[in-house]
Amino acid sequence: MSTSVALHASSLERHETASTREPAWVKAALITVALTFFAVFLLLPLGTVFAEGLRKGWGAYLAALINRDAWDAIKLTLITAAIAVPFNLVFGVAAAWLIAKFEFPGKRLLITFIDLPFSVSPVISGLIFVLLFGAQGWFGPWLQAHDIRIIFAVPGIVLATIFVTFPFVARELIPLMEAQGSEEEEAAVVLGASGWQVFWYATLPKIKWGLLYGVILCNARAMGEFGAVSVVSGHIRGQTNTMPLYVEILYNEYNYAAAFAVASLLALLAIVTLALKTLVEKQTRRQLQEITEKSGE
Amino acid sequence: MASLRRFSPLPGFGLAMGYTLVYLALIVIIPLTAVGTKTLTMGWDAFWAAVSSPRVVASYQLSFGASLLAAAINVVFGLIFAWVLVRYHFPGRGLIDSLVDLPFALPTAVAGIALATIYSENGPIGKVLEPRGIEIAYTPNGVLLALVFIGLPFVVRTVQPVLADLEKEVEEAAAGLGASGWQTFCRIILPHIAPALLTGFAMAFARAVGEYGSVIFIAGNMPMVSEITPLLIITKLEQYDYAGATAVASVMLIFSFLLLLIINGLQGWMQNRHAKGS
Amino acid sequence: MSIAIRHISKQFGAFKALDDVSIDIPSGELVALLGPSGCGKTTLLRIIAGLDFADQGQILLEGDDASARHVRDRQVGFVFQHYALFRHMTIADNVAFGLRVKPRRERLADAEIQRRVKRLLELVQLDWLANRYPSQLSGGQRQRIALARALAVEPKVLLLDEPFGALDAKVRKELRRWLRQLHDEIHVTSVFVTHDQEEALEVSDRVVVINKGKVEQIGTPESVYDHPATPFVANFLGSVNLFHGRVEDGHLHLGEHALALGAQGGSEGKAVAFVRPHEFDIVPGWGAGGGLPATIARVVSVGPSAQIELSRLDGELIEVTVARDVFHLLGFSEGDQVSLCPRHIRVFQAEALAA
Repeated sequence: MSTSVALHASSLERHETASTREPAWVKAALITVALTFFAVFLLLPLGTVFAEGLRKGWGAYLAALINRDAWDAIKLTLITAAIAVPFNLVFGVAAAWLIAKFEFPGKRLLITFIDLPFSVSPVISGLIFVLLFGAQGWFGPWLQAHDIRIIFAVPGIVLATIFVTFPFVARELIPLMEAQGSEEEEAAVVLGASGWQVFWYATLPKIKWGLLYGVILCNARAMGEFGAVSVVSGHIRGQTNTMPLYVEILYNEYNYAAAFAVASLLALLAIVTLALKTLVEKQTRRQLQEITEKSGE
Repeated sequence: MASLRRFSPLPGFGLAMGYTLVYLALIVIIPLTAVGTKTLTMGWDAFWAAVSSPRVVASYQLSFGASLLAAAINVVFGLIFAWVLVRYHFPGRGLIDSLVDLPFALPTAVAGIALATIYSENGPIGKVLEPRGIEIAYTPNGVLLALVFIGLPFVVRTVQPVLADLEKEVEEAAAGLGASGWQTFCRIILPHIAPALLTGFAMAFARAVGEYGSVIFIAGNMPMVSEITPLLIITKLEQYDYAGATAVASVMLIFSFLLLLIINGLQGWMQNRHAKGS
Repeated sequence: MSIAIRHISKQFGAFKALDDVSIDIPSGELVALLGPSGCGKTTLLRIIAGLDFADQGQILLEGDDASARHVRDRQVGFVFQHYALFRHMTIADNVAFGLRVKPRRERLADAEIQRRVKRLLELVQLDWLANRYPSQLSGGQRQRIALARALAVEPKVLLLDEPFGALDAKVRKELRRWLRQLHDEIHVTSVFVTHDQEEALEVSDRVVVINKGKVEQIGTPESVYDHPATPFVANFLGSVNLFHGRVEDGHLHLGEHALALGAQGGSEGKAVAFVRPHEFDIVPGWGAGGGLPATIARVVSVGPSAQIELSRLDGELIEVTVARDVFHLLGFSEGDQVSLCPRHIRVFQAEALAA
């Protein structure tokens, strides 16, 4: 359920002409409403994170970040993303190739299935892995017998994260590749290129921005996921805490400054994500504009 | 496999199909069926007792009610955002356009503690509202507020491209035929963007129903009052009531699937309308 | 390399794209597949290339059945309608692509590849663009680069899909002539798809007219234009005047008038006749010379010929073209009553048109 903006070749701005212009007061009122809503609902929370984090000064801020527990949480978050993102990247490319390049029955159904994790509550996304691998789960007894821990351990966190971020890359690539068509790929095949050569030389350069966009979104969610990870983690300090979970623990211990200090790192991640996203969108829009111009000739 | 598809000269059908299906099955399908099988082993009476206890029903009312209301609020403000972003030039437009997606990008736990702080009695807004008798944090109002926050981008981002797509000539034609601005909006623009608004509404609603991280810090989590369904699932899990948790989860899952089907249908409708239009 | 298309049929769902199509293309010829859009011509081209597979029938390349052969092994060059240039590669890299993706043991040395690219770019007269990117080129230039890229792998057959479709009228005309010259130079068997009859008639050695998945006629441009085998071909190639009537004892009866059909005759019964605008003689006065009586409604006399619009007694319009100086010599003006004597009538049985 990500809103895929990448597809819209046309500029997302469109300015009024004399005959379609609203009265000035309407325009002013609408802009005021939007700006107020923006300030209260989006800017204020973002600002609060940094303000609260720095409330006790830079010393306390840095102290909250530079300690064993914080470092363990950061490490686990990075590890989780480093596993989940590549997995879903490969899947996203394979699924998009399948859906955009071939005709086969059941295609719409497959797309719906790929979308599924987006519409499942994060809590349920965690629950399903507890049901599979937890002590009372399908594989629970077997895992216990072999002394393998998945739930309340790192593998469970990684699995839940993979599930939650599953559709991101595929969801960006499918509409993009469907819009681009297959002429370049066919040209490469006629010229004698092998399978990987076709992908590498004809497809990858066309989709690289969309791919990057999907990876950015996937990564942001992987690092920031809270609900699903919360269910499978077991909250063991220094072992199964990702950054969002660590933020929760600190907050519930009324250690607000530290909670917001760690949260500010995640907020920075969000800002970087949005900046990259804006950049990438510009690129894809430009690329798609070329396509539409080409086919519009 | 080859007989299943129309011939394509491009390579990799078998590999892509095999990989996609195996991965999909391992990560999504099989884990999700665990909910179904677990529920089936419960027996009807136990299931019904689990999903219809007063505390659970209260949580449904809160989760679904607040989500519906939040999505409706988002339709109004999302439309205003999309409208302003598409049609006006003003300082800060680019910044707003980028930051509208903040609720997507900001980890929910971070949003949760930030909202809780802002609207608690010592927070910048709570400080102003509380003396006037408006309580937001730790009440159902807080749940609503958090859900409005996370739902906003869905409506903006589905409406924005459709609004940008509307040809200027159509509006000019309406104006030329004597329609007032308001008439043009109601009769030309609104019907054009209605499917997108509806889709955005459904998406925001779906997301809100399952939302957890941004809500629990501000909700207060009082049973029967401000306890959302996802939290109830976790509470049951923590009490080792796996069956109860799964039963409630299965109700939510079925609801989510229905909503997903509706959203897919709506998107199909949108695409069809676009195809006809061009 | 010669191409033999044997009984090719292809269906998309309920839609019959190609219906038992057979065509022989001798080595070295330049053949046009001509037809309205949706007639199946592009599908046929893609089947020859191996980009699509037929449900039935065979494609023989140089007498060998290539139906099961993969695109890569067919030694065909394909020029796509929208060129399909790799936009992240320079022009030189685009042209070199087919040479560089060959397996190592078949691949030429780098210097040799560069030499060959240079030669090809000279052939298409664009060697000065070698280091540009496709987006910096005009449509016509892109088209020629796409052609150079297809030729780089020394294909035995060159296939072009609507090669001039995306270009504006002036460039299209230039490129048409240029393609003909290029073909005369390199003589590789070439097939191109077009919906533009002028293009097909001007460029090709032979024209294959296709309609609704079936071959209507195969022949030289002159023969298909002068001797259309079916009403469709008569109608599709050039403009024509259509007459519905009956054939009886060597005459075409149109209402009260009868036109002599001459030696060619025509089978008796309901018939449709076609006469091209330039195949009329105009005689002053009604009833003169056994011609069809008509009134001059409008004259457009611009350029080398005069277009004359006449209305028959029953109000139907007829278009006639004569050389402008001839028209002035005749001294007609709008409102004059004249008789039209066709020099050439093509008659088809009415059922043939319906089919």
